[in-house]
Amino acid sequence: MLYDYVTGPIALISLVIFFVGITARVVLYIRGLDWRLDRVTYTVNVKYGIKGALRSLFFWMMPYGTRSWRVKPIVTFFVFALHIGVLFTPIFLSAHNIILKEKFNFSFFTIPDALADILTIIVIVSAVVLLIRRLVLPEVRNITDFKDYMMIAITIAPFLTGFLAYHQAGDSQFWTIVHIISGEIMLVAIPFTKLSHFVMFFCTRVQIGMDYGIKRGGMKKGYSGQNW
Amino acid sequence: MAEGQFCNKSTVNTEEGIRHLLSDTNGKTYYKEMEALEVDSAAIQATFSKTLKSRLKTWLEICTHCGLCADSCFYYLANEKAPNQVPSYKIQSTLGELVKRKGKVDAKFMMDAMDTAWSKCTCCNRCSQYCPFGIDMGIMFGYLRGILYSQGFVPWEMKIGAGMHRVYQAQMDITSEDWVDTVEWMEEETEEEYLGLKIPIDKENADIIYTVNAREPKHYPEDIAEAAALFHITGEDWTVPSVGWEETSIAMFAGDWEACKIQVESVYDAMERLKPKRMVVTECGHAYRATVTEGPYWAGLKDGKTPVESIHYVEWVAEVLRNGKLKLDPTKKIKEPVTYQDSCNYIRNAGLSNDARYIMSMIAEDFREMKPSKEHNFCCGGGGGLNGIGRYRKQRDAGLAVKHKQIMDTGAKLVISPCHNCWDAIRDLEEVYEDGIRWSFLKPILLKMAIIPEHMIPKDE
Ligand code: SF4
Ligand code: SF4
Ligand code: SF4
Repeated sequence: MLYDYVTGPIALISLVIFFVGITARVVLYIRGLDWRLDRVTYTVNVKYGIKGALRSLFFWMMPYGTRSWRVKPIVTFFVFALHIGVLFTPIFLSAHNIILKEKFNFSFFTIPDALADILTIIVIVSAVVLLIRRLVLPEVRNITDFKDYMMIAITIAPFLTGFLAYHQAGDSQFWTIVHIISGEIMLVAIPFTKLSHFVMFFCTRVQIGMDYGIKRGGMKKGYSGQNW
Repeated sequence: MAEGQFCNKSTVNTEEGIRHLLSDTNGKTYYKEMEALEVDSAAIQATFSKTLKSRLKTWLEICTHCGLCADSCFYYLANEKAPNQVPSYKIQSTLGELVKRKGKVDAKFMMDAMDTAWSKCTCCNRCSQYCPFGIDMGIMFGYLRGILYSQGFVPWEMKIGAGMHRVYQAQMDITSEDWVDTVEWMEEETEEEYLGLKIPIDKENADIIYTVNAREPKHYPEDIAEAAALFHITGEDWTVPSVGWEETSIAMFAGDWEACKIQVESVYDAMERLKPKRMVVTECGHAYRATVTEGPYWAGLKDGKTPVESIHYVEWVAEVLRNGKLKLDPTKKIKEPVTYQDSCNYIRNAGLSNDARYIMSMIAEDFREMKPSKEHNFCCGGGGGLNGIGRYRKQRDAGLAVKHKQIMDTGAKLVISPCHNCWDAIRDLEEVYEDGIRWSFLKPILLKMAIIPEHMIPKDE
């Protein structure tokens, strides 16, 4: 009963909220950019803007691609591990793709379950390491609030419960349902919380990239661009 | 009384107004009055709804409190890694709170915000290079300064400085006549040394219009003489405007956007009037930032560019060294170890790293980079107007520690600093630490090494 419910209408509603939500976030962000307030001529010096945006995305998405990533090698390792795991596992998990095929008649390529297991463990371990860092380092602890812990909890829950369900720990039907609900919570939370950085990361990186690319030296002759 | 006689929400637009403010020595009464200043929450809220858009809103919202920005801020490093110096904390506890509370705060909150905005951030933009989202506290504190300024919560000297721009279109009380007098006097002084030297005033269609920092006519007129000598030696076709000669902007540090616009438009008007091919800006960081990088936006110029191409002095020097207009005597290269201070205002805001290295290779035998350098260099400690604010002298001095260590680690005792603010900060740093560090602009160094064309050298009788 409950199972049908969470896999049926609730799943659908969550997916709709997720997709509509993130699209709206991006659209609203772009519409709220203002060349005069931001002091960046987004639509005039377009060529330089694109170059700056691409550089900004490229170096920051590349592990150890920026000085900031390089001066904090350990944090960087776990940040990338966490994000790669969080993004890849759910999309390419075979169980998820079977459902996709059933319901929407399409699917992505899938990864072996053993790899999914490893990725899941990487996600959980990385999250725990970053959580410990948050608790231990005064400069991070001091700025951390309740929402930050919630963000970690919401992200980790689907992985933890999915792992338990797959490995048939205790009542696997129970864990499966909790897994599905936690996944839905995450989907719905993304557009409305800091988890929106799932898409907003790209928006802000493009923006600051254009800022550097257009205004802050990007148009100087003989300068290849901001040295991230 | 909510509005004080010194401290209030009005801007200073007259000479009397400036004199009146100055009569309150060190702003003693001014800051007292500030404690009772009323906060106009509705006005703040109205400003937010008009100007707090995508970029700032998103920055405030998505900061994941990861703390990666902590070590990027020289204040955090200089203050024993105090958690309240973490950039994210500094902005969340000020602008973040103000937004959350919809401007409904008291004078105490606003004064704390003022203290943070001016004494814990020099708007050096370094943190923007370390935050995965590119969150730039320099920009956000600039924005917060604007809000604080509009409510009258602004350091005394900043209010005066902004007033100066409104009255004199200069950061100091120098009129067009004072400026022209100084220029003519410097021409007289210099023409004996360099035959044929002229400082053309208001010449139309020159290749170069040269603009300065008001401190030069006021305190360092020899800087103008040196600039003239170098333009003369290199055979440049140049001029200075009688009006619109000031590049700096205390108004920018104060957050007085209206005064910023008035100031840069005076320079742009000179460009329109004299139709030079290019503008060269003296050795000043924030001046270039204000008039060339940000100015076009204040003035509403849609392509984000100044009416004529504008280059910093560093770029001009690199150019005349490259094209051979300026020839240096290689035997006069600086022999001792020497280092170079990259000014935030044109290293993170105009990309001038390479030209500086080229110049250093031409003038120094033993050039030592600070670590880190170029875009990743630390602020000298005196930026964002901080050098000039008495209330924050202690905080400013504490912040110098990072630059001091950077310089000492190079092993060089001579620092080339083509920025007035950095130059001051390094001078003050030597006062605090007494290590025998020396500092210099490029102009005097270049003049010592320049090969002067035969016909310009006075013949001894
Ligand atoms: S802009 Fe500079 S001074 Fe301000 S918080 Fe960032 S790093 Fe610190
Ligand atoms: S690095 Fe960026 S996201 Fe992280 S705490 Fe600092 S401002 Fe926030
Ligand atoms: S004073 Fe110099 S180093 Fe400091 S913020 Fe300004 S330009 Fe940067």
